[in-house]
Amino acid sequence: MSTDTLSNHGDHAHEHDHHDAAGTKVFGFWVYLMSDLIIFGSLFATYAVLLRGTADGPTPADIVDLPLILISTFLLLVSSFTYGMAVLAMNADQVNKVKAWLAVTFLLGAGFIGLELYEFHHLIHLGFGPDRSAFLSAFFTLVGTHGLHVTFGLIWILVMLVQLQKKGLTDMTRPRIMCLSLFWHFLDIVWICVFSFVYLMGAL
Amino acid sequence: MSGQASHAEHSHGSVKSYVIGLILSIVLTIIPFGVVMTGSFATSATLLIIVATAVAQVLVQLILFMHMSTKTDEGWNFTSFVFTVAILVLVIGGSLWIMYNLHLNMMIG
Repeated sequence: MSTDTLSNHGDHAHEHDHHDAAGTKVFGFWVYLMSDLIIFGSLFATYAVLLRGTADGPTPADIVDLPLILISTFLLLVSSFTYGMAVLAMNADQVNKVKAWLAVTFLLGAGFIGLELYEFHHLIHLGFGPDRSAFLSAFFTLVGTHGLHVTFGLIWILVMLVQLQKKGLTDMTRPRIMCLSLFWHFLDIVWICVFSFVYLMGAL
Repeated sequence: MSGQASHAEHSHGSVKSYVIGLILSIVLTIIPFGVVMTGSFATSATLLIIVATAVAQVLVQLILFMHMSTKTDEGWNFTSFVFTVAILVLVIGGSLWIMYNLHLNMMIG
């Protein structure tokens, strides 16, 4: 792909390069996501290894609040869908629809973070903070890293809303919306693993 | 890559495919939560259901929402994903294997 761009000096090269630049940008972001996946994989491995290190403190079954997790799972799941709607609106060149769907996605994501902050605050209030045991350290690191990613995703959505307001749908903003799309769906994938392996298996 | 090809690449995904993805994801979320919250199955069967629905839902997200396929980007996004999964298997599987034996040999845990 990159050699293609370098060697192409033909008269139709402008259109060609243009598309390739956007495609390369999105693919580069995909490669970043794969490296991010390795980070989460390491955190999952750490969590699995430290799972039994409860230091006579709470076990996973003691701290899991499944109804709360079910609600936050649905918030993130639906936000993944609404972001998809934003991308479809972008393909149809409807900038106002893109902004509306991004705003809905932002609200759902903010709801998810709100529930997570409530859960963390509640656990720390009970004395089950990350300093209580190796298990809780690993738990807070894994779930907190995901939450931090979602928070940065929310900031990115706000930035895109401002850029869409100022610049509209251009060759600069379109690839950014595609990258953010991959990022947002990727966070949903990580969350599927978190609720399955941490919360559901923890509740057993 | 012609203008037509780039157009096709950007417009993949339709309202229909996203709605199907959403419905599948909701079903694949409700099943494991329902099984765990009602506790109607034995532990080993429950674990199997959790893993199976998680893998299925990850595939739904990857294919219907992230449009990963062997065709886009000449298959490079798929190739890099397979490579990453191989690394993940080594990191997670290797960690668990080593630490399990360590626990066993040191008579703790």
